[in-house]
Amino acid sequence: MSRRKTDEEYSKTKAYKFFKWLRGENSYIPEETRMDMGLLIPIEDDSTIKERMNEKQMAIDKVYDEDSNKLLKFFNKMYRVVAAMFLVILAALLIYNVAFLPPVGERDKPDNNEVTERYIEKGIEETGAVNIVTGMILDYRAFDTFGESNVLFVATITVLILLRLNKDKRPDRDELEDHESSDRIYEPKNDVILQTVAGFLVPIIMIFGIYVILNGHLSPGGGFSGGAIIGAGLILYLNAFGFEKAERFFTEKTYKWISFFALTTYCLCKAYSFFCGANHLDSHIPLGTPGAILSSGLILILNICVGLVVACTMYTFYVMFRKGDF
Amino acid sequence: MELIRNFPFFSIMIAMFSGPVCSVLPGKVARVVNACVIVIVGIMSAVLLGYLYVTGESFVYMMGHFPAPWGNEIRAGVLEAGMAMFFCIVMLLSVLGGIKKLFDEVVVSKHNLYYILVGLMLSSLLALVYTNDLFTAYVFVEINTISACGLIMIRENGRTIEAAVRYMIMSLIGSAMILLGICMIYDLTGHLLMSNIKESVAAMTAGGTYPEPLLCTIALMSVGLAIKCALFPFHSWLPDAYGYSTVSSAAILSSLVSKGYIFLLIKIIYRVIGFDVYKGSGVIDVMFIFGLAGMIFGSVSAIRESDVRRMIAYSSVAQIGYIFMGIGMGTQFGMVAAVFHILSHASTKSLLFISAIGLTDVSGGSRKFIELTGSGYRNRIAGLSFAIGALSMVGVPLFSGFISKLLFAEAAINLSGRMLPVFIVLGISTILNAIYFMKTVIRIYTPVDESPYPRAHMRQLPLYSMVLCAFVILNVVLGVMSDPIIGLIGQGLTMFD
Repeated sequence: MSRRKTDEEYSKTKAYKFFKWLRGENSYIPEETRMDMGLLIPIEDDSTIKERMNEKQMAIDKVYDEDSNKLLKFFNKMYRVVAAMFLVILAALLIYNVAFLPPVGERDKPDNNEVTERYIEKGIEETGAVNIVTGMILDYRAFDTFGESNVLFVATITVLILLRLNKDKRPDRDELEDHESSDRIYEPKNDVILQTVAGFLVPIIMIFGIYVILNGHLSPGGGFSGGAIIGAGLILYLNAFGFEKAERFFTEKTYKWISFFALTTYCLCKAYSFFCGANHLDSHIPLGTPGAILSSGLILILNICVGLVVACTMYTFYVMFRKGDF
Repeated sequence: MELIRNFPFFSIMIAMFSGPVCSVLPGKVARVVNACVIVIVGIMSAVLLGYLYVTGESFVYMMGHFPAPWGNEIRAGVLEAGMAMFFCIVMLLSVLGGIKKLFDEVVVSKHNLYYILVGLMLSSLLALVYTNDLFTAYVFVEINTISACGLIMIRENGRTIEAAVRYMIMSLIGSAMILLGICMIYDLTGHLLMSNIKESVAAMTAGGTYPEPLLCTIALMSVGLAIKCALFPFHSWLPDAYGYSTVSSAAILSSLVSKGYIFLLIKIIYRVIGFDVYKGSGVIDVMFIFGLAGMIFGSVSAIRESDVRRMIAYSSVAQIGYIFMGIGMGTQFGMVAAVFHILSHASTKSLLFISAIGLTDVSGGSRKFIELTGSGYRNRIAGLSFAIGALSMVGVPLFSGFISKLLFAEAAINLSGRMLPVFIVLGISTILNAIYFMKTVIRIYTPVDESPYPRAHMRQLPLYSMVLCAFVILNVVLGVMSDPIIGLIGQGLTMFD
């Protein structure tokens, strides 16, 4: 291949310089300052690494400091404005969309169909529950409700992970007692008024909670609401009489075994009923006469299980947030 | 009815049952129970897969005495059974591979809580896979979200708790959007059962009624699920959550949790909205563009990281982008490629997370690249598996990543308007992948004369080494015997209609 340019001319072109740079023959680096291109593994002692990390941290801090970085300040402001605008637009879009939804209360609304019709017309006959809502959530759609009670269970587990004190890392006893006594200052535990009122109220609340759970299939209420009432009663008792008395009947073991028992019973009962239903077998569970306490098949048992889980969950949440341990 | 037809129901129930049972057991026993449950569910799913492959048709299973629109229902097809089996395999390996690290990072008295979370996570994944009812899906999305939070923060240091809070906020926004979408679609159709909704939606689009709320519903559900599986602009929770949690959690989160949501999205596209209606809405273009953007920006963020775990986490953003690109193509081929990439990414990402932990352990626990120099020689099996995982991610033949990239490219051919962007972005993203993964591989195989850290031998870590080998085998199986798997995926997707 012949060259059109002479060597001298070619050496002035950009292509020549580029290829020279590519070969690593850069002329304007003197020989003695050229570095060895082998792999360098910097060997440093601890202090220099620490210093460098420190410097890096300082540099990062300076970059993220709003006072010295005007651009960041501007960005942060704009970020808030844009976020607010975005949310307003999103809300406006959703409200605009609601206007196009089928109007509420109209007779031929799409959700007024054969599904609700059967729930209302045949609900009592098929589930034995006078309260149609309970019949729906604990019989027709019991699988979803089982999922819901597991949501509660897993939420408690997560709270336990986050808040339960680690026994191996437990602070020594004196410190704990300090905490207790300071707790006592701010929250008077032996308050006479509180104790007297709680003495009246707690039994009533408990009985009302049990009533709501047991009548879940007959009247408004059920496991979730009744459990919440019992949980509130337990919390009131704890506030009035302190941990020492509450621990006589409710410790972590109690929580564990009650939720284990309740969820296992729920799981086994429903598994049996699902299995029979899916395989078209007769489950031999009597529905009883609608309106009686002992009626509507499994619903009563399931309500009790859900109620136990909810009550324990509420109480455990409170204890965990208050003290981190039973 | 054959007994096999009960298997989806059995597997969900066993997994849920393992939660309360583990709560009363000590950590050691809970671990065994948990592993047994995963194995049993995996075997049942495998048998079910075989049965469905032979009979060639899907079936619905009535949960209780009341038929579908009134009671609950689950559905099993080839794709569902295969997914369930695959999830079980990856989950078992992830849990086993991180046991040693769990002892280092989590207080022993809380180990049984960890296995409760894993059991419930498995049950929620199975339910998301098998469900035929939108509200059941939502309930199990909730379980999934909360147990994922627990899995992140069980390490109990500041970074993981911050990451869990961030994850929870983002994830709850996603849940809220899904719930709004479900409410609106219930208002429009009066049903929660997937097949009934699909009929009503088809009638609605044919009649031209309620076009605006329908579009809004599709957008809400798609974006809600996209937030939960960290599609590109919604990925800010991801690097901390994957980067600082204990290694089993990171592997489970990256390879299973996000995949469960993607599978639910695919199910919604096919079985709730209908593929053609979804294609007709503009949402699919948005998903496509977000996917493309994620492929590039995820990789760029990964290149800038100097922490190996966070780098792998950012790589997930890019891979989720690939999957959404496949969904956004709007063809059956694109969807097959997306589903295959779910498998290949799940098997590779958990391999990378678990092998990276071996490398950091022989580097004094530091995750900075500078300390990792030469760690491939100090822990040979971890180094080798990391290299294989990296090659698979880059897309080298023999490994699963190559097949999914090939499928994406094949799906893009003859796709008017989308072929060019797909090819360009696929090319750029592959190069970026190669930059950060090869950088790491070269780093871990750079010899150091005198390392201050001791070597780890295979014999000291028998379980860990076995897990890594199993992952590598899984990866190679996906890469070499891809034809029958792709056939199964295609068959499963046609069963969806």
